[in-house]
Amino acid sequence: MPARPRRVVHVLAIVAFLALLATPLAIRYFSAAAPVGDAALSASAALARHGFSLRERSQAAGIRFTHRPPALDPKLEHIMPAVAGFGAAVSVVDFDRDGWLDLYVTNSAVGSRNALYRNKRDGTFEDVAGRLGVADVNRPATGVSMGAVWGDYDNDGYEDLFLYKWGRPELFHNDEGQGFTFVTERAGLPAWINANTAVWFDFDGDGWLDLFVGGYYPAELDLWNLEHTRIMPESFEYAQNGGRNYLFHNRADGTFEEVGEAMGLTSRRWTLAAATADVNRDGDPDLFVANDFGINELYLNERGRRFREIGRPANVARTPKSGMNASFGDVLNRGEWNLFVTNISEPGVLIHGNDLWVPAQGSGDAPSYRNLAGAMGVELAGFAFGAQFGDLNNDGWVDLFVTNGFISGDTRESYWYDYSLITGGHRNIIADAGNWPAMRGRSLSGHQEDRVWLNDGTGRFHDVTRAVGAANPYDGRAVAFADLWNRGVLDVVVAYQRGPLLVYENTVTPEHHWLAFELTGARSNRSAIGAEVRLYWAGMEQVQQIDGGSGFAAQNQRRVHFGLGAHAGVDSVVVRWPSGVVQTIPSPAVDTLHALAEPQ
Amino acid sequence: MKFDRSLTAPLVITLILIGAHWSYGMLRGYEAIALAVFSALGTELALRRFFTDQPHRLSSAYISGISIAILVRSPVLWPYAVGAILSVLSKYLLRVNGRHLWNPSNFGICVLLFLAPFAVAPLSVQWGNDLWPMLVIWAVGLNAVWLAKRAHITLAYVASFFLFALVRSLITDSSFLTEAAPITGPMYQLFALFMVTDPKTTVSSRWGAVAVVCLVAFVEMLLRLAEVIYAPFYALFLVGPAALLVERWRTSRARARQEPDARAAPSLSSHQT
Repeated sequence: MPARPRRVVHVLAIVAFLALLATPLAIRYFSAAAPVGDAALSASAALARHGFSLRERSQAAGIRFTHRPPALDPKLEHIMPAVAGFGAAVSVVDFDRDGWLDLYVTNSAVGSRNALYRNKRDGTFEDVAGRLGVADVNRPATGVSMGAVWGDYDNDGYEDLFLYKWGRPELFHNDEGQGFTFVTERAGLPAWINANTAVWFDFDGDGWLDLFVGGYYPAELDLWNLEHTRIMPESFEYAQNGGRNYLFHNRADGTFEEVGEAMGLTSRRWTLAAATADVNRDGDPDLFVANDFGINELYLNERGRRFREIGRPANVARTPKSGMNASFGDVLNRGEWNLFVTNISEPGVLIHGNDLWVPAQGSGDAPSYRNLAGAMGVELAGFAFGAQFGDLNNDGWVDLFVTNGFISGDTRESYWYDYSLITGGHRNIIADAGNWPAMRGRSLSGHQEDRVWLNDGTGRFHDVTRAVGAANPYDGRAVAFADLWNRGVLDVVVAYQRGPLLVYENTVTPEHHWLAFELTGARSNRSAIGAEVRLYWAGMEQVQQIDGGSGFAAQNQRRVHFGLGAHAGVDSVVVRWPSGVVQTIPSPAVDTLHALAEPQ
Repeated sequence: MKFDRSLTAPLVITLILIGAHWSYGMLRGYEAIALAVFSALGTELALRRFFTDQPHRLSSAYISGISIAILVRSPVLWPYAVGAILSVLSKYLLRVNGRHLWNPSNFGICVLLFLAPFAVAPLSVQWGNDLWPMLVIWAVGLNAVWLAKRAHITLAYVASFFLFALVRSLITDSSFLTEAAPITGPMYQLFALFMVTDPKTTVSSRWGAVAVVCLVAFVEMLLRLAEVIYAPFYALFLVGPAALLVERWRTSRARARQEPDARAAPSLSSHQT
């Protein structure tokens, strides 16, 4: 080739080389400089720009709760923050049926006390857990709390409390809102489960709530009295040495029988979260299980007779990640269930990325999903834990709140190098906690802010965390949504590991309308958990359901809350009760909470 | 028909890729593989005819593309294209006396890790931390480097790694198993089998190559003591070109010494003519 064209190509190649070297820098620069809505704004500016603002007012509401973590066997002392990094949880309930939502919050140190914050209807709460018998539940030799879910298992009209622990599971019968009776032994629950999730749902449609409980550490381990240190996952992608999962069938007489393995729940992955929804629209609630150190699982409910695992063919279990959350929501107003799963994302170290699973072929007997988290802007949150869908600004599109951060230690020292060192090893090395380098007070994805992602209705979410006032430095675990003061908005409650319980009061622009429903089952379970409510308005359809536990270590209010945007009317609402009864409400009034009873 | 040994590495890496993704779902997805491979191949096709008069041999670019696809994890696609193109470009632009200095894949990965940590991470999926996949990879990979007459480099690196892991464990008070753990993972297997053995970026003498790879392991130890997560990549990035430059300097100095001698003493051949 002649020398001159060769020189030209050489120069062009050099230019291209330099341009490509500059590409990452340019992307970082322009990403940082882009006019994102995450600059801090005043409440009025946030209200004007995003339609809502959040104000943290736990202290003013009389909530002064600080989570205390577990202190396990001294053999684990060198990595205690990592192995005991769970336990902060929050669940919403109206335990006394006064029409005002209350909060149950867990603590996790031996001897620490859980709190039941009763809503005093004046903007404040009082802790009545001690008086009602659900505070002193972290006693020595019984394990410590990891979370709680409420459901009316005996259909007496009052929601009962199931407390899952690294220890003895505890079931408390609600005595008409006046107190609680410990009924674990009578109910026939196991003596010990190292559980990190539980969900109430009526899997066989008999009108009585059943219970799924997900194990993290194997149930054989008493984490306070270990005989050895081989307690860690055997793999960081395909660990099968975690706790088993349980499915407790409600016998309708106050007792439960464990049917998990018989029903097809046989894996021993490290389960952190679970949620239910009827993903194939056959009328039965299906079950999604999010697993740490491995692939997730999607179980189709086959008429209450068996669960069939379809995670891989459904495309939700092809790549092992670090599943920590499971939340169903309808983000595109198509009347179908999307699923949000949080995972670890630590730039430059480990980028699993969150999953937002959207049905690819419509719903059917064999649902298949595509992960649109990246396309929709919700892939990277941090070391993400709990998340919930809810319409925070009542604009008619569900938004997403994700809480972040694992271990906040020394801000200058990170444990990630040691973590990456050990996790690459053979299972015999990593499964033994004795081989793990000491943490020595270092951070592991600590000091991360939560994320408030606003759904713009075009398939994109925008980070408005700082703008709406939700930035904080704590290690988040559980998020729950509830209309705490009956104002027609979703307030946000976040539980932080080794940190406070924060209560964000939501202020929403009055230009946006809303509609909410509180359901009471008759043929269905009394809590109506699993009921689907479809709202038709402005040419759109949005589906929501009554929550028996979702997110991570959390449970939202049992009401369903729809934002309507500027539309002051709706076409209809269709309720499909768990019994299968379908009820249509034409043009219900807006800006109000409707109480619906299941037709007999 | 005789088997072209230069195809051994691409074939082995491809088999590893297919097996790993099929069994362990270790890759981001097929679109990332395609983007990285076609970006590398396209760059190679575009540049080779301008920079050399030799016929196209795409195996090197293919390895670069597929290595980027295997060793980089990113939630976005652009790093796969940028890394692959930079890998191949470095081969043609960063040269001394007609020899490129960096292993192309190592260059592309280091640039991404250094300049774009917000968008990429190194390979994190570890074959399930199982024994059998590890043994299979080592067996197949060692056979491939043996056929390519590069096994001494891999073995020297592995021995050095274990030695320096022991030193690190003494310094950091960690267990030896902890410090040695990474070598059982796929990132190290690919690094030790296919990256440090690249004939184009290793010094030419047998013992020289062994010394260089021991130096790579030593620098890696220093970087690990400084808690640098990508220590092996950065160590090779630093040591490899330096070794080549030293070799080049020594060669030219030796040649310079020989030339005056040659001018002073007529050669046998000139006598004969």
